[in-house]
Amino acid sequence: MTTGTNSSRKAMGSAALLALAAVLPLAITEPSQQNFLILILMGAQMGVAWNIVGGYAGQVSLGHAVFYGIGAYTSTMLLTTLGLTPWIGALAGGLLAAVFALAMGWPCFRLKGHYFAMATIAVAEIMQILVTNSDALEGAVGLYLPMDRNGWGALIFLSKLPYYYVILGLLVLTVLVSWAIERSHIGYYFRAIKDEPEAARALGVSLTRYKLIALSVSAFLTAMGGSFYAQKEMFIDPGSVFATTISIKIALIAILGGVGRLMGPVLGAVILITIEEYSRTLFGSTGSGTDMIIYAAMIILVAVFSPSGVLGLLGDLRRHLPGAKPAEVKTSAKEARP
Amino acid sequence: MTADILIQVLVSGLLIGLIYALVAVGLTLIFGVMDIVNFAHGEFLMLGMYASFWAFALFAIDPIVALPLTALLLFAVGVIVYQTVIRRILKAPMLSQIFATFGLMILLRGLAQFFWKPDHRLIPHSLVSGNIALGPVQFGLPQFVAALGAVGVTGALWMFLHRTRLGTALEATAIDREAATLMGIDGQKMFALAWGIGAACAGLAGGLIATFFPIFPEVGSNFILIAFVVVVLGGFGSVTGAFLAGIIVGLIEVLGGFLVGPEYKTAIVLSLLLIVLLVRPRGLLGKA
Amino acid sequence: MNTAPLLAVDGLGKAFDGLIANRDISFVVHHGEIIGLIGPNGAGKTTLFNCLAGFHTPTTGRIAFEGHDITGSTPEAAAALGIARTFQIVRVFQSMTALENVMVGAMLRNKRVAEARDRAEDELAFVGLSHRADTPASDLTVSEQKRLEVARALATEPKLILLDEVMAGLNPTEVREASALVHRIHQRGIASIIVEHVMEGIMPIAHRMLVLDYGAKIADGTPAEIAENPAVIAAYLGE
Repeated sequence: MTTGTNSSRKAMGSAALLALAAVLPLAITEPSQQNFLILILMGAQMGVAWNIVGGYAGQVSLGHAVFYGIGAYTSTMLLTTLGLTPWIGALAGGLLAAVFALAMGWPCFRLKGHYFAMATIAVAEIMQILVTNSDALEGAVGLYLPMDRNGWGALIFLSKLPYYYVILGLLVLTVLVSWAIERSHIGYYFRAIKDEPEAARALGVSLTRYKLIALSVSAFLTAMGGSFYAQKEMFIDPGSVFATTISIKIALIAILGGVGRLMGPVLGAVILITIEEYSRTLFGSTGSGTDMIIYAAMIILVAVFSPSGVLGLLGDLRRHLPGAKPAEVKTSAKEARP
Repeated sequence: MTADILIQVLVSGLLIGLIYALVAVGLTLIFGVMDIVNFAHGEFLMLGMYASFWAFALFAIDPIVALPLTALLLFAVGVIVYQTVIRRILKAPMLSQIFATFGLMILLRGLAQFFWKPDHRLIPHSLVSGNIALGPVQFGLPQFVAALGAVGVTGALWMFLHRTRLGTALEATAIDREAATLMGIDGQKMFALAWGIGAACAGLAGGLIATFFPIFPEVGSNFILIAFVVVVLGGFGSVTGAFLAGIIVGLIEVLGGFLVGPEYKTAIVLSLLLIVLLVRPRGLLGKA
Repeated sequence: MNTAPLLAVDGLGKAFDGLIANRDISFVVHHGEIIGLIGPNGAGKTTLFNCLAGFHTPTTGRIAFEGHDITGSTPEAAAALGIARTFQIVRVFQSMTALENVMVGAMLRNKRVAEARDRAEDELAFVGLSHRADTPASDLTVSEQKRLEVARALATEPKLILLDEVMAGLNPTEVREASALVHRIHQRGIASIIVEHVMEGIMPIAHRMLVLDYGAKIADGTPAEIAENPAVIAAYLGE
């Protein structure tokens, strides 16, 4: 059994990655480049959070922006109306999103596959319409965050560097939660539900309960990401946090990098955000569509050739390198079946 | 609300509902034959609209006259999409299938945006411009013709599926793929045919509404969600169901928008989707 | 041995939209018994299984397990009560190794991963798959996957295990191994109901046989008795 050396190698790799991430902004000091790194971390955090329900448990949500938006709006409203510090506001937003996830998941998890995905799109769209037409939330006009204070208490900073470390911390937290789930019985149950839900039931697994756990944890973490977005941008409106494009992006990041693998979405975020930002600078305005073409082509290729994403592709490639163990000769059940 | 206003609302709902029906029949056909939800269906409609636009802008062909051309073009697009992408994910896990058509949606939008820019375009005039007044009711001629066209195409599709050999073979594949194969029906050809016809229907819908609706790369998103609602309400795989459901959804959208507020009409239609999914997922006429 | 029946089925019937799959079936199973469930194709054997395991709700009749009425319970509840099952078409968790598959079963009784792993290793050894513990389930042969399902079901610490055609598609050596496995399960005190078509696999080891035909029970007795039962012979000859 190789779990011993394998997991300690992975742990060292992750630690090295974290160390690199921690010192990177000290070397890369240009603000727009630091912003680029922050965007990658934000994307990675959203993707890892999505992966918990979409990758591990296999429940594909194409409406995750609804949680992002709930987080952004909750912490911002609490800040503007009660002066509550966004550190607590983000937790409140996370909690609210989790409760919303429970309410939405309870009826929707009866639906299978495509139907569930459709329902998530519908829920997010409905929410966006409701918020856009809500006077209390300033509707389409949006909310501005007060600029009168800054510093760690207010989670508003004058330079990019502190934002970087906050989002890095949130990403690490999200990865740790994902990792803890993965190695606990919950993680095993998620994978069972994804592979063979009926067989899982026959082993005593309550599908609804575990899907709800997956969705609410994912919602909580996604909402925290939304709160960070609000603090960084100092302005939110329905189009920037509830839009379907956000839901698509979140799912894309996870799919590209590798659904169901811990660090997959991190890789996906690196790829996606890089393409997004560089096609923007290379081809001009966002109206060019080139970034869409590139990552759409990637997602189609990944869907057709490797459902495990780029990380899966890399894993497959590694096995073909010299020095790798030869694949076992097998008459697998798949070939034996007529 | 007076009777006149009510009739006006119902007529508007009926007209737009028939368009929705036409968009949805292609989507439901594809699902019925091969259990794949085409998230890129709205983009076939978008391409149909652009085909009409360019026929008009470059060759001064009226959109109505261009309809057969649009249909053929989109049929080809559907078949090509099937051969290049869909064929490879037939046996893939559902996740991959969702992502593949999803990626297709983004790809087509991106291509449209790249080649034709995001500007909204309009076809300023066509054979069918103008309004009709019928007693207390007023409606645009383009909308009326589009609705008529929708009825015609849906009817033709139904005839094709139930009265021709090829169409019956397609239906047979939808009902039981293995049995159909045993009877000598080529599954691959049927799938390609389904995609071709499905895309052509969406393209025709696009061509029909290009006479009055703005044309831009993201226009598909306006229709894809509603098409889903229609397909779910009508029942996955049922062309008749999609026809009836399209009308119902159109009526609910306009009525709901009138009673609650036009900014909420999409929310109302989407709520209908959720209700149907939760209460009766197989819809009106779908297979159980 | 406990003399009160472990499982008591009384007048069970199941209809689907007018098609009657099971009609008025009654029988008991005692602790540790091996019951063979046979009958021509379409006789309703898998439907009966699904009713017992909670995947269908019977239209009529009652199911009592350890004295409690469990009619219409969910599969999860049935598993928790001590009824485990395998599937006719194997449903192993493809993305997991053999060991991980069994661990999912073990986690019903113990959520701690390390202890579930220990338990799973024991069950894998019991079915003779220890050497394949770290193999992805998708890479196992059909016969190995069937044994894996048995190990996974046993890991839930059942009192009754429902085996759905575990011997189908096996060669004679594998059939003998499967029979031996069923016997070892019996020696642990676990009762089993086995749907089978492979007679030479089930007849030698079953304590009793239930025969279904057209959804109804036509015979209930020892293997020797039902082998000579005219109704049984007619049912099989007639199909």
